[in-house]
Amino acid sequence: MRVVVDFDLCESNAICMQIAPDIFEVRDDDFLYVLDETPSEDRRSNLEESVQRCPKQAISIEE
Amino acid sequence: MHSSITIVGASLAGVRAAEALRSEGFEGVIKLIGDEAHVPYDRPPLSKSFLEGAMTSERLSLLTKEKITELELQIRTGSKASKLDIDSQTFEIEGEVEGFDALVIATGARARKLPNTEKIKGIHTLRSLDDSIEIRDSFKSGNPKVVVVGGGFIGCEVAATASAFGIEVTIVESQDVPLSHVLGEEAGRVISKLHTDNGVQLKCGVEVQEFKGENQVEGVLLKDGTLLEADVVIVGIGATPNTEWLEDSGLTIENGVCCDQTCLAAPNIVAAGDVARWDHRGYGKSIRLEHWDNAAEQGKHAALRLLQKDSEALPYAPIPWFWSDQFDRKIQLAGISSPGDDFEVIVDSPEEGRYTAIYGNEGRLKAVLGINRPRHVMQFKSLMEEEASWKEALDFAKGIG
Ligand SMILES: Cc1cc2nc3c(=O)[nH]c(=O)nc-3n(C[C@H](O)[C@H](O)[C@H](O)COP(=O)(O)OP(=O)(O)OC[C@H]3O[C@@H](n4cnc5c(N)ncnc54)[C@H](O)[C@@H]3O)c2cc1C
Ligand code: SF4
Repeated sequence: MRVVVDFDLCESNAICMQIAPDIFEVRDDDFLYVLDETPSEDRRSNLEESVQRCPKQAISIEE
Repeated sequence: MHSSITIVGASLAGVRAAEALRSEGFEGVIKLIGDEAHVPYDRPPLSKSFLEGAMTSERLSLLTKEKITELELQIRTGSKASKLDIDSQTFEIEGEVEGFDALVIATGARARKLPNTEKIKGIHTLRSLDDSIEIRDSFKSGNPKVVVVGGGFIGCEVAATASAFGIEVTIVESQDVPLSHVLGEEAGRVISKLHTDNGVQLKCGVEVQEFKGENQVEGVLLKDGTLLEADVVIVGIGATPNTEWLEDSGLTIENGVCCDQTCLAAPNIVAAGDVARWDHRGYGKSIRLEHWDNAAEQGKHAALRLLQKDSEALPYAPIPWFWSDQFDRKIQLAGISSPGDDFEVIVDSPEEGRYTAIYGNEGRLKAVLGINRPRHVMQFKSLMEEEASWKEALDFAKGIG
């Protein structure tokens, strides 16, 4: 699976970083960086939680 | 196992409840009932980008047609539930009695109004899509003078959006410093300054005496004798939980539907979102929140509670979190602050518009406020989840300040 962030929607509130810090990082410049675009299958439930908790619906998972 | 689950209130908490049931493998009937005409939509943009005109109503939608089909939802809009009775497991809908196996109460809250304002044109509250459209239309007609009554988060956001239209706007707030009941005076002043720097007028420590104008509002008279000219007034003085349909139901209602630690209000009945008051194990008291993240998470937690045995049910005890966007600032608060908390500013960089402060009490870290500092907010939120002490928080702050 592949993590896709719509950066036009993302507002860098770092919710996803709190849920999956190995995949998402909001750095000191306040931009979101995707650390791991193709996380392994065992990260799915955390990733799905990030998708749901993102208030901007900016994250999606492509299979 | 229930053969059907009914969700009353078709907004964020209700939609997330339905989604959670399906992802947990619930195969029974799911009914989603709401009294608004629209399909479920998201509220935060109503005072921000949608009000500004930078976002379409399609983008607000919480449920697409495809999603409704995929989740196999029986959705009924424009239908108000009333007269819940927990003994017979029934309520009324459009005059007909409807039974249920299990129920999610997700009827949210509505904007509080000032008395005798219903008939005067130009006085608004902001809760629904239609409210936001009406306010936006009035911002666009001529060059109206706008008065916002109540300097809470929604009032401050509306004022910020109005001033982005180049409109003259005044906030009237009864406290001496807006938001000080939530953020404390010092941080409240930081937000006040943001508004005055952007040309918003603030009238604090004074209440509204009356509105001028017979059919159309013309002005707002304050108790100190000041008369503010106004073509449009937005009243943002808080919200009231929608519990009227639960009166005499057998449930306990005290400024919200009272639930146990697991969101259960009665056997087979849970509540979630702005309408729910529940025993928060971490805080050792009952709380009710009006935050987006809570409505989403509690909707999910409460719905899954209906699928669990009492013995396996987990308490719902999150660290509350919300955001507010005003001008180019992203304000976030995690945790709960109280008057008299220890308060420590960690970052204060007005040139960059960045600010981080933490709140502590009884030796514990209680809350973090960030302005354009989302990373810090989430770092301190994680510390709160680990029940960090005030000293640990201060030590951590030294490393990031
Ligand atoms: C303008 C605005 C801006 C906001 N901005 C932010 C923000 O920036 N950050 C943040 O964290 N939170 C924000 N919020 C708060 C957030 O939107 C709410 O916490 C969230 O909408 C609560 O969801 P809910 O599903 O519990 O209730 P609601 O969204 O209130 O939905 C309840 C639904 O139930 C319906 N209903 C009520 N009674 C009945 C009945 N008897 N029968 C059938 N249906 C019924 C209502 O009409 C409504 O559709 C904002 C809210 C508003 C209004
Ligand atoms: S949760 Fe969403 S909006 Fe927030 S940083 Fe992650 S992708 Fe961006």
